[in-house]
Parts: sequence; structure tokens; C-alpha cells
Amino acid sequence: MRTLIFRTAAPYLTALMLLFSIFVLLRGHNEPGGGFIGGLIAASAFAIHGIAFGVRQVRKTLHFHPMAISGFGLFLAVLAGLVSVIAGVPFLTGLWTSPTIGGLTVDLSTPMLFDIGVYLVVVGSITSIALALEGREDD
Amino acid sequence: MILEQVAASDFLVVAPVVIGIACGALLLMFRHHVRWQAAFSVFGLAAMTAADAALFARVAAEGPLVMTMGSWLPPFGISFTADLLGAGFALVASFVAMLCTVYSVREIGATGRRYGFYPFLMLMMAGVNGAFLTGDIFNLYVWFEVFLIASFGLMILGSEREQIDGATKYAILNLLGTALFLIATAYLYGVVGTLNMADIARKVDLLPATAPVMTISALFLFAFGMKSAAFPVYFWLPASYHTPRIVTGALFGGLLTKIGVYSLLRTMVMLFPEQRLELSGVISWVAVATMILGALGALAQSDIRRMMGFLVISGVGLMLAGLALGDATGLSGAILYAVHSMLAMSALYLLCGTMNEYGGSFSLNSLAGLYRASPLLTAIALVLFLAAAGLPPGSGLWPKVVLAKAAIDLGNGWLVGAILVSGLLTTIALGRVFALAFWRNSAEPGEPVDEAERTPVVPAFGSLIMLTIPILLLGLFPEPFIRMADAAAAGLLDPSAYLRAVFPAAGGGG
Repeated sequence: MRTLIFRTAAPYLTALMLLFSIFVLLRGHNEPGGGFIGGLIAASAFAIHGIAFGVRQVRKTLHFHPMAISGFGLFLAVLAGLVSVIAGVPFLTGLWTSPTIGGLTVDLSTPMLFDIGVYLVVVGSITSIALALEGREDD
Repeated sequence: MILEQVAASDFLVVAPVVIGIACGALLLMFRHHVRWQAAFSVFGLAAMTAADAALFARVAAEGPLVMTMGSWLPPFGISFTADLLGAGFALVASFVAMLCTVYSVREIGATGRRYGFYPFLMLMMAGVNGAFLTGDIFNLYVWFEVFLIASFGLMILGSEREQIDGATKYAILNLLGTALFLIATAYLYGVVGTLNMADIARKVDLLPATAPVMTISALFLFAFGMKSAAFPVYFWLPASYHTPRIVTGALFGGLLTKIGVYSLLRTMVMLFPEQRLELSGVISWVAVATMILGALGALAQSDIRRMMGFLVISGVGLMLAGLALGDATGLSGAILYAVHSMLAMSALYLLCGTMNEYGGSFSLNSLAGLYRASPLLTAIALVLFLAAAGLPPGSGLWPKVVLAKAAIDLGNGWLVGAILVSGLLTTIALGRVFALAFWRNSAEPGEPVDEAERTPVVPAFGSLIMLTIPILLLGLFPEPFIRMADAAAAGLLDPSAYLRAVFPAAGGGG
């Protein structure tokens, strides 16, 4: 799939899809969306990049191994649960804080941290599978 | 919502699972640092064992400990509920896994580590602990999936043809069992309208007589029977357990079938006591067939790993015998046997691995002269064989005594006979191993054993000896173990303390 049109369009598509995946991830708290679907969109972005430029290029761009990204996501999800220990509430309870940074109020919460963890787990594992499948075709 | 503050010590009930997942995630992130993986896993499992021990001590002193996730009220939130049975099994399982990991240091090379042996191991142990500690039946299903998926990864490590063959059978039959479990759970939810085990236990009695509870409990019996490798659905176990690395076999043989037995005890005794009574005839025939066919299968093998697989099955039959009897003594015997089996079966698999190190084979046809090669290994083997056969001073004796006593009390002569016959057959099978592999002189007598090759076996002996110590303790000083098993069985038969822990406002439903 190394056609000129596809190779020209692929970087824009990848960038747009990654941006959209983060939008879907953050939107997911109150509206349809969330970490899982966001992660799937991001993983398809990397898959498209892989089809256009080859698996090696994607691995270089990602820098971290996809499974390591997955592991980090899992770790974030556990951390999101462990904040409850400090607050003295049962495991995985949703905790909220709204600090004002430079006149801008930002809502931060443990469910968001958990959702980012889910996002990274999905990005990592699906990208890992996609790259393994694409890699075989390349050889 | 739960509004009162939760003390940090209450987090003990989730700690083993959290430690398992966090360590698994970290190991996954640093997968290419192969040198640290083993040490970090041993450390993580030691922490998990310590958390389980603290949890067990607390549950023994204060009764069941509950935490409902996300501050939701039970039955709407997922409750983790540790009672004596779950906490005790979790403690033994983590302890065994820790020692198996010590053994693995030598067996799992850089390739195995890069392919993720240790992350899979930690995630599997998180799943095992979750299954023992959860108080929600759908959550139990989730933990089954967690340890099952991790176990697939462990099983195909090495990607040999034989392993893929074994893993395919293992995967398909286990997924079938899990699917049945899910169907039964969905059916149960449709009928009872709740998934919290404590809530189910108190609502099952109130159902109208036409409710299909019998169908549901029969489905659970079949699904968990498949998981615990009971007759006639045990074929997946001998087809697969001899293919992976020895340490994987030890973990699977020791721990995974016991989760099936635990789930059977939890559902059949605590949730559906009336249906268990109805089904006890079926269960006792299944138990007899599993015991005898497992022992006969062990007798027929010449590969010692395959033989251990059949001994695992035979042991499952004994635990099912306790479930079939269903009185306090019988259940106590089943629980005690499960503890013995976790320790002894893992130790036997590790023993097989060490025998292979010395004898260069897993086949009884070529193993010989191990007594001369290592008297220490022979002594350990003798203790383990006696334990597995149910002879003193091993740990297998007392569970069998308790089970036989319960069977005699209830007048179930067939079960008593089957317990004794399977013990005899196991003795013959293991006696054969001892006579051929250890006592028989090797073809070239007096062959000097290479000292340099022997030294790295230290972790293997360390873990074998550490596993043999509790086996001997259980054989020589059984009273505290029997007392705990009695208390755990009592907690299953009369779950009022369990219910009160989940729903403090007695009967109010929160």
C-alpha cells in the first residue's frame, strides 16, 4: 500500500485521528466516548501509519514498545484506585479536585486517570497486535 | 453511598490483587530488563504472600472482611469479601507461587523472560487471588478470565509444536467451561436479580418453588467441574499440563484446578445448599470416578509429568468427595485436602523438573540411579510421595482420614472404598517411580556426577525444601490446620457471619 496518494495523506490522517482519539477520551466522562473507544481510534491511527510507512517506522516513532505502553496504562489504573487509600474511602472511589491554574479551572479526577489508563492499555495492546500482523506482510 | 471513613488496614482485602496487577504492569513496562525480572517477581510475590497472611490472620480473629468498590453500597457495588476459606486458599496459593518463582530463576532463560513469563505470572496470581477474595459472582468470572488469559501466555512460552498442541486443547475446553459459567451466571441474574454472593445466598430461599434454581446449580456444577478437571470432563488436563515449562506445570497443577474446587464449594454449599443435597448422589459418583480413573491413569504413565497430571485429577476426586458428603467434617476434609494438594502437587512437579536435571529425562524407562546422584533429592522425593499417597508423615494423611471419617459417619461405603483404593493405586504408581528412578542402578554404575552442573540447582532445592516443610508440618501437627479447616467449613455451611459482614444492617439490604 505504498501509493503516492496514500503516503501523502497518511501523516495527516494519523495526526487527525490521534487528536480525535484524545478528544473522545476526554469527552467520555459525561458524553459518549471514553478510554476504550479513544484507544481504538489511536490504535487505528498507528495501524494506518504502519500500512503507509512500514512497521519499523511506527516502532521508531512510538519510541516505547507497545506492550510497555499497555503496562504503563495498567499501572495508571491501579494508581487511580490507590488514591482512595490516602482519602480513606473504599478502593476505586471517584475523587475530584478542581484546581485553578492561571485563571483556568481544571477538573481533575481519579476516574479520568483510570480512563487514561484504559486508553493506554488499549492503544498498547491493539497496536502491538496490529504491528505484528502488518509485520508479517512486510517480510 | 458508603460515607464512613475506611481505615488503611481494611485495604488488606484488595492488597494481594493490587500488588499482583501493579507488579505485572511494572514488569510489562520493563520487559527488556531481563536480569531484574525474576528478583522483582519474587519480591512482589513475597509482598503478596505477606498481605495474604495478614488478611488471613485478621479474618481468623475478626471474621469476614468486606470492601465494596467505589463506595457503592452492596449489592450494587462489587464487594470483595474475604472469609476464612478464601483468605486461606489465597495465602497458600501465593506462598506456593513465590516458591515456584524461586525455582523458575534457573529454568526461565532470557528468551522466556523477554516473551513475558514474569508479567504473565504476576497477572495470573492477581487473577487467582481475585478469584479467592471476591464476593461477587460476575467478578469471579472476570478473575477466571484474567488468570486464564495469563495462563495461555505461560503455556505457550517456548512455542514448541507440542506446547501449541496442548495449549489449543487447554484453551478451547477452558473457554467452553468459562462460557458455561457465564451462561449460568446470566441465568442466575435473570432469576435472582443480583450478583453479590451474600445477596444471592439470602434471596435464593425466598424464590418461588417454580424458580429453576436446580438448572442453574447443575450448570454451575458442570462448568466448575470442567474447571477443576472432574470426570467426565478432565481430558484437557492430561492433554496439556505436561507440555509447558516445569514451573508452569507446577503452578497450574497446584493452583488452577483448586480454583474450580473453591468455586464449587462457594456456589454449591453456600449459595445452593438444597440443590447440593439433591445432587449429592451425582457428585459422589463423579468423585468416585475421578479418584479411581485419575489414579489408574497415573499408574499407566511412563512420563512422570503426565503421571503428576493424573494425580492432580485423582486429588480433585477426593475434594469432590468432601463436597458430595457436604457435612461439616466432609467439607473440612475437602478444604484440608485442597491445601495439601496445592502444596504437594506443586512440589511434585518441581521434583519432576529436578529429577530431569539429574537424570536427563522425564521417562521412567531411562531415569535410574538418582539415589546415588543425590541422596537429598531422594529424601525429599520420599516425603513428597508419602504425602501424595496419603501415608504418614506426609500431609495427605489427615485430609483423607477426615474425609473417610465423614463418609463412614454418613454411611457412604462406596466413597470410603474409593478413597482407600485410590490411595492404594497412588501408592503403587509413586512406588514405581521411586523404585525405578531412584533405587534402580543406572546402566553405567558409578558414573561421576559433574559437580559444576550440580551447583546451580540450589534455587531448585531451596524451593523444594521450603515446600516440603509445610507438607511435613501438616502431616505431623495437623491440629491447627484441622481447626482452621473446620472453621472455614462452618463459615460455608452457616454463612450468617459472611452475610452480616456484607450487609451490616441485618436483613435490611443496605
